[in-house]
Amino acid sequence: METGELNPNYYPARRAAAVVQHYLNTRYGSPYRWMFLGNVHNASSEDVTEGRKYQLELTIQEMISNVSGPCSAELLFPGAGTPQVQASCDWLLPNNTRAQEEAFYQQHRDSHNLVSGDRIPDSYGHMEPTMKPFWHLGGVASSFIMLEQSNQSTLYNMAQVANFTQLETEKDQLRFQYHVLLHEMVSQEIIHWKMLITWSPAEGVKVLQTDLQPKCNCEDPPDSIN
Amino acid sequence: MMLCLGSVGLVLLALTVQNGHGAPDSAGWNGKDTTERNYYTRYHNMTEISDWMEKMKRENPDVVSSMVYGQTYEERNITLLKIGLNSTKRKKAIWMDCGIHAREWIAPAFCQYFVKEILQRYKTDTKVKEMMKNLDFYVTPVLNVDGYIYSWLNNSTRLWRKSRSPGPVGCTCYGTDLNRNFYANWGTVGVSTNCCEETYCGSKALSEPEARAVTDMLGKMSGDILAFLTIHSYSQLILVPYGHPNISAPNYNELMEVGLGAVKAIKAVHGMDYTVGTWPDILYPASGSSQDYARLIGIPLSYTFELRDKGEYGFELPEDQIQPTCEEAYAGVQHIITYAHDKAFYSSAFKRYFFQEILGLLTLVMQIRLINIVIEMF
Repeated sequence: METGELNPNYYPARRAAAVVQHYLNTRYGSPYRWMFLGNVHNASSEDVTEGRKYQLELTIQEMISNVSGPCSAELLFPGAGTPQVQASCDWLLPNNTRAQEEAFYQQHRDSHNLVSGDRIPDSYGHMEPTMKPFWHLGGVASSFIMLEQSNQSTLYNMAQVANFTQLETEKDQLRFQYHVLLHEMVSQEIIHWKMLITWSPAEGVKVLQTDLQPKCNCEDPPDSIN
Repeated sequence: MMLCLGSVGLVLLALTVQNGHGAPDSAGWNGKDTTERNYYTRYHNMTEISDWMEKMKRENPDVVSSMVYGQTYEERNITLLKIGLNSTKRKKAIWMDCGIHAREWIAPAFCQYFVKEILQRYKTDTKVKEMMKNLDFYVTPVLNVDGYIYSWLNNSTRLWRKSRSPGPVGCTCYGTDLNRNFYANWGTVGVSTNCCEETYCGSKALSEPEARAVTDMLGKMSGDILAFLTIHSYSQLILVPYGHPNISAPNYNELMEVGLGAVKAIKAVHGMDYTVGTWPDILYPASGSSQDYARLIGIPLSYTFELRDKGEYGFELPEDQIQPTCEEAYAGVQHIITYAHDKAFYSSAFKRYFFQEILGLLTLVMQIRLINIVIEMF
């Protein structure tokens, strides 16, 4: 493994930067705030006793407001276990999405009209506008899993929200059961996870339970249509 | 003096020819094209794509023909469109295939867009016309026909990647990763030997009829193919050979330079960033890819395109992004094929002209010296 300055376009820097993206989503993400990695500007890494440490300068893009900004981060891939990230993105202020988040929260807080949805996005990349915040929420919640599962040989994205169901609001937190499909780029595998999550503007996204689903080897010879 | 001007003129001429094809032009749309515009902004199933191939042949009989060059595992035709102006001479070729991985729906959409574009442009764009005259474009809109059809079947099949051949004895899973099945350092890195996994490279190299079909075609055409382009999604990358970390392509510098030119052309369209590099540098090591095989048999310019996006929608790219994705990909492809074409059809002409120029200059210098000697004598 290369030590010292890394080429920011090469995969070691980019995989590390993706982990920073997942971390930022767990810290700052919401139904109206979802971060993606832009470009990596500088990267370096070295072996330390605890594992492999990376220093990164990168651009992060917030997808809903379409605002981008610089972040610097330090990341440790331990020998085993969850990567540890420290990141500062001074421009990621928690305030500017307040109004939308509050409105969404109030709209769904009363449990007499529980929402659910499936296949977000669908095969054509479409989703109903009302489903978008639930898609973002699924992406942010998935970031907890993706952060925990990441190592130097992985690169995760959420491929789809297979389905979600809103459960009764508890302790002022909106609650949801999510089934998400994660795409791991290096193995090219699609990995199914179920999660129990909560969210409120005050508390942010929390993942209470995660459940890895077995890979469906449900192979019947297909009845081809066309 | 005149010869010097001639050289300058020649350089200017060369530059004009390079740029003469013009920028992507959306002014080609008119009232009658409205349905066309709607067609190329949607994903199409295999029946629709097959019908569309027939339509392209019917509407452009003097430039478009088709060729079935193999059968899939489920015995479906693997068909390409051969596009070019008729010629009595044997022509050089550009190869493009899409949809080797079933779930990458934007790729077949791009192949369709590409065909539509060159068929529209060649009538008015001198550069495209010249390329159509000198080259044939061999475009396979869907290589992994079985996989593509399977990915349209229902909700649980949309993210299928591999072929649809059954696994070896003792394994109940289906499919081989066609882009790990070619005879190019097969089975060495970046593959799985577990037939249930997505990068399963097959029981042996070329176990899959789809990979054999491409291999056989390339074999028949070898020497004629100037550029091999294989289209995938997602990640916004242009990959150069090889997938194996210990092997370098002999023309790595050229591949990178042309690739960087393509990336620049892509960015100029809608501002999207694509990255160019080898697989082990920018993605992951992998062996047995079609691109590696093409480079190994001597096709100099061999590229894998990974189109939009970078993970937000991934394989399920929204239909409203088909058009801009295709526009930028076209610009990238155009850069590569223009380079390939000009290298084949201009560089020998350049050499001839420059040789003549130098000869002319030497003659002039000799004449001036002779005149000086004569003057001195008097």
